[in-house]
Order: sequence, then structure tokens, then C-alpha cells
Amino acid sequence: MRRLLAAALMLAAVGGCASTTTIEIQMRYSRFEPVQITVPAGVPVTFVLRNEDPIDHEWIVGDAELHEIHRVGTHLHGDLPTEVFVPALESRRTTVTFDEAGQLRFVCHLPQHEVYGMTGVVTVMP
Amino acid sequence: MRRRVMAALAAATTAGLLTVGPVLACGGLIGPNGAVNLLRTTTFAGYHAGVEHYVTAFQFAGGGGAFGSLTPLPGVPTSVEKGGDWTLQRLLLETDPVLESAFRVDALALPASGEAEVLMEVRIDALDVTVLKGGAAEVGRWATRNGFRLPPDAPELLDFYANRSPIFLAAVFDADAAAERGQAIGDGTPVHVTIPTTNPWVPLRILALGNTGEERVEADVYLLTDRQPALLPLPTGDNGMALQHSAPATAALLSDLRSDHGMEWVPANGWLTKIALDGAADQYTFDLAVDASGQGTPSWVAAGLALPIDSLPWAALLTQALLVLTAIVGGLGLLELGRRQGRGEALRT
Repeated sequence: MRRLLAAALMLAAVGGCASTTTIEIQMRYSRFEPVQITVPAGVPVTFVLRNEDPIDHEWIVGDAELHEIHRVGTHLHGDLPTEVFVPALESRRTTVTFDEAGQLRFVCHLPQHEVYGMTGVVTVMP
Repeated sequence: MRRRVMAALAAATTAGLLTVGPVLACGGLIGPNGAVNLLRTTTFAGYHAGVEHYVTAFQFAGGGGAFGSLTPLPGVPTSVEKGGDWTLQRLLLETDPVLESAFRVDALALPASGEAEVLMEVRIDALDVTVLKGGAAEVGRWATRNGFRLPPDAPELLDFYANRSPIFLAAVFDADAAAERGQAIGDGTPVHVTIPTTNPWVPLRILALGNTGEERVEADVYLLTDRQPALLPLPTGDNGMALQHSAPATAALLSDLRSDHGMEWVPANGWLTKIALDGAADQYTFDLAVDASGQGTPSWVAAGLALPIDSLPWAALLTQALLVLTAIVGGLGLLELGRRQGRGEALRT
């Protein structure tokens, strides 16, 4: 039992994974933390997005096609649960249910932020 | 002699205008779209009698809109004023005389909790200069509210500086106002900041603000000190800093500098150092610490190579531990005192 618990702790530490239904994502120095998140499919997951930087950030989660649309800047997003604007030094909360298993990326698409490394991955487990 | 120098400066400046890029300045510059393009910039830091004189220039590049610049300072300035007319050009002539006909005012383009405390506001030509005091969050918030679009590396960079000196100089260049004033493309606005400090340093890391790692940073830094300074880091060339000139300042240079506006402080003797920066942006993780005291011990903290002791987490823990220890010792002392008094009263009765 102790060995099992240790293995579970190690997995969480190595992957920076979170398996609870509430996940806090920190935005600091224009980076997301954690950058890898694992969530179950079909279950509402609440994300608490905490921007500790004195500049604005975004948290946009989706597939490659969605990110390409945002990258070229032709798409204005509103208050979608998967597209959240987080003002400087503020927090936002959003709840998303991922229906299909697979991998999605979350990115800040403000100018230069993605290139700077402000990206992460959500793995949706079946 | 003086007339010849001025003629040379005029010719050099004219030549420079033909090759000049958008804007010249010292700090990190942030354009309306958040883009930052640093070309070559020239900065002069003189240190004499415990006062750092920091001179740099902002150059009108044409176009419209406003552009901002943030420059970290080693202390609270006593004055921010329009700089002399030829100081930077004269320094370039001193160390690069053969380039007179191809003089380049290498420029730079720009494209900048609680509230930061505004210590000083000065209008110099088309430049609005504000001296701010605050941490990274406060200064970042102030900058954002005042129209600066900070690039993604700004939060970490502001923290890097605010941990050592929470003083920043924000400059907004109003290109429309410059055009209305009749400023021609290439006209520069030199700014002279006077900072009393025992610990002079020149901000270098800020020059990389908004640049990706591979982009180049090019700048010339001139130092005028009472004696040959000890520098940290050493300009080895490999670290993106090359020592191009290190010699006693000539009497002619000192005399010319002293005759410029606001430069009366220039001493009778001095040591001139020129450091050329030319490297990838991600090389500049440090500033330039200067020790002109003769002791040869430039500060690691001033160079950004070590954190100030009071910003370390363990320092806070140690302080708390000391407070707890003091409280415990004090409490034990009071208990002992009470015990003794109790015993004394018992004996008296």
C-alpha cells in the first residue's frame, strides 16, 4: 500500500499532473504552471486561472485548428469557458467538460506570448 | 579648436542621419503593438563625487503614435533634465575617430497590488518622463495603465530590477507632438539623469527586453570615472561585452564635455572606458557593476549576479525565527522574574 502511494505521488510529481476536478493554473513570468494536466473525459473540471503577472494573459484551450485561428488574430473570443481572458494580477474561474479523450493545448495568444513559451497540454483520459 | 570639433560633430551627425534607424534610447522600449526592435544605442554613465550622471537619447523616427521606454535606475534621481547637445556624439568621436565620415547614431527602435509611487514628472521636448518607485507588480500596473504594452518577458525583468532598486524611469515619446514641434527624423532628445548613489551600475539586461533569445543586442556604453574602474562582469568578448577603450580621458575630451549643457560636473581628470555590446539577447542576464573607488570590488548584487540578502526567502525565515526566539527568551525572562518576585514576597511574608 505504501509503495502504491509512493508511486502515485511520484507520477504526480514527474508529470506535474492533476487529477482532481478543480485545477489551479498559475500564470507567472509569462509561463503556465503546471504545463501538463490530466483530466477525465465527460466530467466537469473547474480551472482556477491565477495571473500573478502585472500584464494580461489568456487561457485558450483547444485543438490545433482553434489555435491557428487565434494565432492569425482573426477571431475575437468572448466569454467562452475554453477561452478566458485573465487581466493582470487577477484570477478567473471557468468550468469545462471535455467530451472526447485526446490531447489539447492551452495557449496565451497575446502578442509574443506563445513564442515566449506560454503553452501547456491537457490530456483527456477516457 | 572648439569650432573644428563642432564642425566635425555637425558633419558626423548629418552623416548619421542618413543611416539612422528608427529610435535611439537606453531602456527597454515597447511599441504600440508590443514589439521591440533594438538597434544600436549609446549610453553614457559618468560617476564623480558619489553621483552617477546617466545620459542617453531618444530619437524621433517619424511616424505617429506614442512609444514608451522603461529604464531601471540605481537610486532616486535628484534631477531629470534635457541632456547636452553633443555629449554622446563627442564620446563617439573620441573612441571612433576614423568613422567620422560614416558616423552612425545607431539607433534603436522601439518599437514599456498597489500603485507605483510617482516621484517626479518632467516634460522634455516631446518626451514625458516619469520617475517611479515600486515593485514589479506596481510598476507593471502603472505602465499598463499608462498605455505601455509590456512584452511577455517584462514581469520577470521587472522583478529582476525591483529586487535591487525599485526605481524606474518611464519615458513616453509622443511622435505626433514631435512632428508638431517640427522635429525632423533623426532629431534626438538627450536626457540627463542625476543619481546620487554609492553603488553605480548600468542597466544592460533591460536592453534585451522583448527580444527573443537569438535577436541581437547592440549598444555602446561609455563610462567616465575618477580612476580606472573595476567592472563586473568583465568584458571578455565572449559574454557579449567587449572592452574597446580604456585610458585616461584626454584634456580635450573633458573640456568639450564640460562645455556641454548640464555637464559642468565633469572633473579635471578622469578615466574613459568604452564597452561595446554585441550579442544574442539571451546572453544579457546581467547588468554592469562599476567600482571606481579603487578597491576593485564591484558588487555582485549590482551586476544582477546575486540577489540582495533581504530578498532571499531564507532571510525572511531567519528574521521570523529570530523574532520567535526573542519572544521565547523574553517570555522565559518574564517568567523567571515573576518567579523570583514571588519567592521574594514569600520570604518577606
